[in-house]
Amino acid sequence: MKKIVVVGASLAGLRCAEALRREGFTGALRIVGAEVHLPYDRPPLSKEFLSGEFEEDRLALRTEPYEELNADLILGQRAQSLSLEARSIALASGEKLDFDGLVIATGAAPRTLPIADGISGVMTLRTLEDAVRLKGALVARKRICVIGAGFIGSEVAATARGLGLDVTVLEAGDQPMLRGVGPIIGETLAGLHRSNGVDLRTAVKIESLEQIGESVRVNITGESSLECDLVLLAVGAAPVTQWLEGSGLALDDGVVCDATLLAAPGVVCAGDVARWPNPLFDGESMRVEHWTNAVEQGVHAARRLLSDDESAPAFSTVPFVWSEQYGIKIQAAGRFSGEDRMEVVHRGTDDSRFVAIFERRGRISGVIGFSEPRRVMQYRRLIGTGTPFDEALAASL
Amino acid sequence: MKILVNFDLCKSNAVCMASAPEIFEVRDDGYLYILQEAPDETHRAAVEEAVRLCPTRAITVEDQAL
Ligand SMILES: Cc1cc2nc3c(=O)[nH]c(=O)nc-3n(C[C@H](O)[C@H](O)[C@H](O)COP(=O)(O)OP(=O)(O)OC[C@H]3O[C@@H](n4cnc5c(N)ncnc54)[C@H](O)[C@@H]3O)c2cc1C
Repeated sequence: MKKIVVVGASLAGLRCAEALRREGFTGALRIVGAEVHLPYDRPPLSKEFLSGEFEEDRLALRTEPYEELNADLILGQRAQSLSLEARSIALASGEKLDFDGLVIATGAAPRTLPIADGISGVMTLRTLEDAVRLKGALVARKRICVIGAGFIGSEVAATARGLGLDVTVLEAGDQPMLRGVGPIIGETLAGLHRSNGVDLRTAVKIESLEQIGESVRVNITGESSLECDLVLLAVGAAPVTQWLEGSGLALDDGVVCDATLLAAPGVVCAGDVARWPNPLFDGESMRVEHWTNAVEQGVHAARRLLSDDESAPAFSTVPFVWSEQYGIKIQAAGRFSGEDRMEVVHRGTDDSRFVAIFERRGRISGVIGFSEPRRVMQYRRLIGTGTPFDEALAASL
Repeated sequence: MKILVNFDLCKSNAVCMASAPEIFEVRDDGYLYILQEAPDETHRAAVEEAVRLCPTRAITVEDQAL
């Protein structure tokens, strides 16, 4: 393999490029990124960067000099299309880049809602520019309405409360975050917002948004409307695969890969954009939008690209995510839903700390913890080894 | 190898504990403890994974000069 092109210059793409060099690839390495910035970290954008605790210089994803990576960074350029026959990608500028190996790491982008079209003061949060704009608005304005109580919506609500804003959170589902975790944890999450002064409304349907001068009126079906100075749309993200349409790669809410993260001969995927069957969960087809997954997949994709087809191992992982809200560290790993049996296995000295585990097909399949990082990690190991649920219950970690 | 943790950056997510439980432990007080500051080479792969997966990039490995 002489020429490798990585598309997407963020967490998965960078960690993949670094792994390619570590694993001994000495050929030409090009990294194409649509953003003008060197790879930076997103989690602080809704937390420490938004609150003002971190400055931009704390976001750099690589601390070692880029010269050591010996890669050609093509930033501020979007890949427009892929030709598997010609083994090249075309950039928006018209330039073509040939490759022997291709890494697809184009991540995900925020979903929007048609009702938000043409309304100023509606924002989404994914990039550094988004965060700078939102931060400016949080400082200048008083009332924010967050639509969607997923991870990002919940974190921004918490940060905005910390900055003293009036915060309303509107959620279509019955509970905030970690949708479908059942009433116990759902209520705990809701309680966290409410006890911190957030006006959280669940099971609401938004009819329309209206521009009233500088502010936005949110019309809610069957309820009185509310007015705010800015709206954050946090209704999830979609994988960035538009540029791959017609390329012949299988696209289905992500780029469909085999268990080794290979999408086609010489083409691998990593991070938020990748869909693959996870052997640890009976081959369940997954796409994971979490930080540690992007790193793990980046490294695995690099090894896959450099290995021959027969010996390549599958990528298996117990998905893990952390979140930080109101000073509480919320962590979850594995798979779970409201349908699964759940047991609270630990309660801390104060109510805000606990650990719950979930069962599927007789085994421990998931864990959620509030400010209990050690136990979450220990149960995560038990998930990874396929431990019977009763054994996990008895483990009393 | 010598393990260094920047405790100003560490947020005790305990991801390192998943990669290298013999080296890192986050305890109930919420702090990270380094169980072996100079582990032998058998731990290298696990420690390097912990370095990579640390969400706050708080861990570094220093290779002592021979
Ligand atoms: C505000 C926020 C907070 C988060 N907090 C957490 C958290 O607390 N914990 C957690 O586990 N996860 C968190 N995440 C998720 C985590 O950041 C993502 O899982 C991670 O960024 C995924 O990395 P990636 O490289 O796959 O994709 P991305 O980071 O989305 O990067 C993809 C890159 O590819 C570029 N690109 C797209 N299309 C093209 C193209 N055609 N040509 C060239 N370049 C292209 C994009 O511009 C982008 O820079 C958070 C995400 C956000 C947005």
